[in-house]
Amino acid sequence: MVPIGHYLFLSLALFSIGIVGVVTRRNVIIILMSIELILNAVNINLVAFSRLVGSVEGQIFAIFIITDAAAEAAVGLGIIIAFFRNRETVLADEMDILKW
Amino acid sequence: MDLNAILQWPHLVPLICALAIVLVLPLVAGYIVLVERKVMADMQVRLGPMRVGPHGLLQPIADALKLLLKEDIIPENADRYIFWLAPLISVTAAMLALSTVPIGPVFLIADLNIGLLFILGVGALGIFGIVLGGWASNSHYSLLGALRSAAQLVSYETSAGMAVVGALLLAGTLSTKAIVERQAQDGVWFIFAAPVGFFVYLVASIAETNRAPFDMPEAESELVAGYMTEYSGFRWALYFLAEYTNMIVVASIATTLFLGGYLRPFAGTPLFDFLDYLPALLLLLVAGYCFYRVPKQPVGVQKGFMAVVGLLCGGMALLLALPAAAPAGSLLAGAKPGLHGAFWFVAKVGAYLYVFMWLRFTFPRYRFDQLMRLGWQFLLPVGMVNLAGIAVALALHRGLGWGVVPSFALTTALTVAVAAYLVWIGEKQEVRKIGEEETAGNA
Amino acid sequence: MLDLVIFYFFAALAVVSAVLVVTRRNVVHSAIFLATALLATAGIFLSLRAEFLFIVQIILYTGGILVLYVFVIMLVNLDVALHQVQFNRRWYVALLLTVLLGAQAFAAILVSRQSLYTLPPAPAQALEPNTELVAWGLFHTYVLPFEIASVLLLVAMIGGVVMAKKRI
Repeated sequence: MVPIGHYLFLSLALFSIGIVGVVTRRNVIIILMSIELILNAVNINLVAFSRLVGSVEGQIFAIFIITDAAAEAAVGLGIIIAFFRNRETVLADEMDILKW
Repeated sequence: MDLNAILQWPHLVPLICALAIVLVLPLVAGYIVLVERKVMADMQVRLGPMRVGPHGLLQPIADALKLLLKEDIIPENADRYIFWLAPLISVTAAMLALSTVPIGPVFLIADLNIGLLFILGVGALGIFGIVLGGWASNSHYSLLGALRSAAQLVSYETSAGMAVVGALLLAGTLSTKAIVERQAQDGVWFIFAAPVGFFVYLVASIAETNRAPFDMPEAESELVAGYMTEYSGFRWALYFLAEYTNMIVVASIATTLFLGGYLRPFAGTPLFDFLDYLPALLLLLVAGYCFYRVPKQPVGVQKGFMAVVGLLCGGMALLLALPAAAPAGSLLAGAKPGLHGAFWFVAKVGAYLYVFMWLRFTFPRYRFDQLMRLGWQFLLPVGMVNLAGIAVALALHRGLGWGVVPSFALTTALTVAVAAYLVWIGEKQEVRKIGEEETAGNA
Repeated sequence: MLDLVIFYFFAALAVVSAVLVVTRRNVVHSAIFLATALLATAGIFLSLRAEFLFIVQIILYTGGILVLYVFVIMLVNLDVALHQVQFNRRWYVALLLTVLLGAQAFAAILVSRQSLYTLPPAPAQALEPNTELVAWGLFHTYVLPFEIASVLLLVAMIGGVVMAKKRI
């Protein structure tokens, strides 16, 4: 097996890139895609440790995370469609209706 | 580099099988198109392609040459990279799905533990090719057609999955080769244990491959070929190849799961060993028919051609008969499972594809909302009831010790009753909707 | 040796695709690179002998969630957004903070990974047969979270339909 440190660094790299995407981009759809990257990084971490320890529980947790990601993507994209129908924009800067 | 070391390489057989599939598949898909045109002609009481080559048999080659030499047109504001990428994704996904299909006991590229799920997953990747193709064409019709086609594919994927899981309960494993072996062990093809599941899979697979009567997204009178509108020449040929390869893939899944894969009928019983000569007999009959038609051909070239086809069929009959007649343990008898398995598999896939073509030329097209209603409000509930029914039947048979026939007959009857009830409800809804439309139009 | 080569291949593919996801101007290109990143992750799962998770990643994530993203991108007209500024005005602050966070975690892993290396990896047979073990875990030990996940998906389905309908 590849040493566990490699998987940890890979997971960290994907996690950081995901965070950069979330805090830097204006387009809401790309923000949601970066969140998917973050969830994938966590999945890689879990599965690597499940292989190291020899128990399948890490993979079960990863399946639950994938289920969660699907639910969140569905609702989030529904919200984006509803908002776009009202305001014609998908840029996070311009979604400021609640400001005074 | 001695020959022995190369022959012992464990990846040699999968590599040869993969090369055979990739090289032969475009040709086979082309000839399936020709068969479809001939079958269509036969059902419409005409002859079909007869000009190019004897009895039209060089038509696919002429078509392929034409498509290769056509001008490559890319629409004006289209995204060049995605326009190039989309047919590639479709074809790659379709061909990748053929890698876990067992054409014979040995002719299997990858015997994955999760073989069946792999085919379903790679089929899901094919949807990308359609959606990206429609989007990259920068045209409204293409985008609408692509979105409709993808929505249809996603809807019927769930129903197909339900039918497949029903058969998987009977098989107890996800590996395709093990499913076929299980049917050999049990002595019964799974279609007899789960006929409703087979029916659900048949309808869902017709919708999965965008075939009539579910071909609204690519019907010419509706959306001008949908997502394929702006594609011409070789890129269109790739999409077409992907569609026919998808047909072969779903036929292969149905054959593996429901029709016994590469097994001959009654594979386990030695009583029916005379069926081993059936392939050779069938091919001899075809050869005999060819020789019978030789004097009736008008032109000398066609006479010679029919004679050659007859000789080829006779040769294949001999090739299939020798291993069956050879004494057990010899080299010829060792080749028997492979050759006969390939014949039975190809025959079953061919029969399934013939049913596809038959349904195409018989039924009118479904409107898109009718299509979606059928997928979500009829096929999915029937699939779920079928799944529950098979689980109950297995519990009765293995848990409570009932016989095979009573338990499965009972649950099949219950599932058919539920399906009939759903059809009755659907008809009432449709009649009420038509009634409402009439009163709304008059008001 | 082959393990290491496969890991580096999929890891490089995943990281490069992730960087491209975050930096492309065209959202459809980002979606395609996200697909590549997800498939690379699936490859890493397969190399870690998690066969069921590999295929679940392909069917659900790439074939389901990503198709949903591509659908929404096509329904939402993004030509206007294509010509605007793509990054926040204070993007350098965000980048700096993320680099600091990443460097901190990097240092933490660097220091502590030696203690992890004393733990020998479990034999590969502990995860065989993968699908049966995952199924046993899901339906026997963790059946309550499984049922809650189904209810969650039902709620998300209803929520998505309600959000996207034109008239409720």
